Amino acid sequence: MVKVQVYVTLKEGVLDPQGSAITHSLHTMNYNEVKSVQTGKYIELEVEKTDDLEERVKEMCEKLLSNPVIEDYTYTIGEAVS
Amino acid sequence: MKFAVIVFPGSNCDDDMVYAVQEGLQEDVDKVWYTEESVADYDAILLPGGFSYGDYLRSGAIARFAPVMESVIEEAQKGKPVLGVCNGFQVLLEAGLLPGAMQRNKNLKFICRPVELKVDNNETGFTKSYEKGESITVPVAHGDGNYYCDNKTLQQLKENNQIVFTYQDDINGSVEGIAGIVNEKGNVLGMMPHPERATTSLLGSSDGLKLFQSILNHWRESHVLTS
Repeated sequence: MVKVQVYVTLKEGVLDPQGSAITHSLHTMNYNEVKSVQTGKYIELEVEKTDDLEERVKEMCEKLLSNPVIEDYTYTIGEAVS
Repeated sequence: MKFAVIVFPGSNCDDDMVYAVQEGLQEDVDKVWYTEESVADYDAILLPGGFSYGDYLRSGAIARFAPVMESVIEEAQKGKPVLGVCNGFQVLLEAGLLPGAMQRNKNLKFICRPVELKVDNNETGFTKSYEKGESITVPVAHGDGNYYCDNKTLQQLKENNQIVFTYQDDINGSVEGIAGIVNEKGNVLGMMPHPERATTSLLGSSDGLKLFQSILNHWRESHVLTS
């Protein structure tokens, strides 16, 4: 088994209403050094190790885990665990 | 005319959709469970509102891969009328049958109230019974109704006259106030407001009824009159 960590974030230029609300809240708490907040999703998969693992992870990201219209994704494939 | 209302786990406006067809049009309608394999026997397909799969991951993202969707996409590509309302619109976007994506409302609030819409395009099979520019009152009920598309897509929507409904006031941050769009062919309509909840004055507005009448009239023009 391999642990795959997927991060999904909004594309540059796409407004992030949740990020704006969090920024505003941090400012009211006097964390004025915060210039912007971007929210996203973290998805962790436990996957059987196969030869085409990376290719299939990319497919999963593009078909389901992210929406390519508004989101970007990155992933890391960890060391094999038993 | 025979309508299908697709029911996903978490759909909750399916009964309203059935009511609109039965009471508003006096036509046949079946609820079709998401595990069914074919909707080929129906003349029109309606995707209702609700929270399919609990809106997990993104609204409509998981429903888009439900077994019945393969047939829905096939029938849509053949030119059959497909209407997605609210969550149904989100499913159509995720399925790639309509361009763009839905985001959380700009003010992060769930909005549930009647809104004023403008009919921007009355030349589709869904809007022929409306006047161009007509102002109608239809309820919305959504948290993720902030329509987004990039500039290139927006230009295409405008050039092909695909913007069908717009909000008269900016309620959710949607690009250009977009409330409903059709695909290039004009046989797939997605809209956030709920016409099925506005089919009789008892419900506060009957402005949504013309949408269902348009579907029926459009179908009759190409089917009944020729037979």
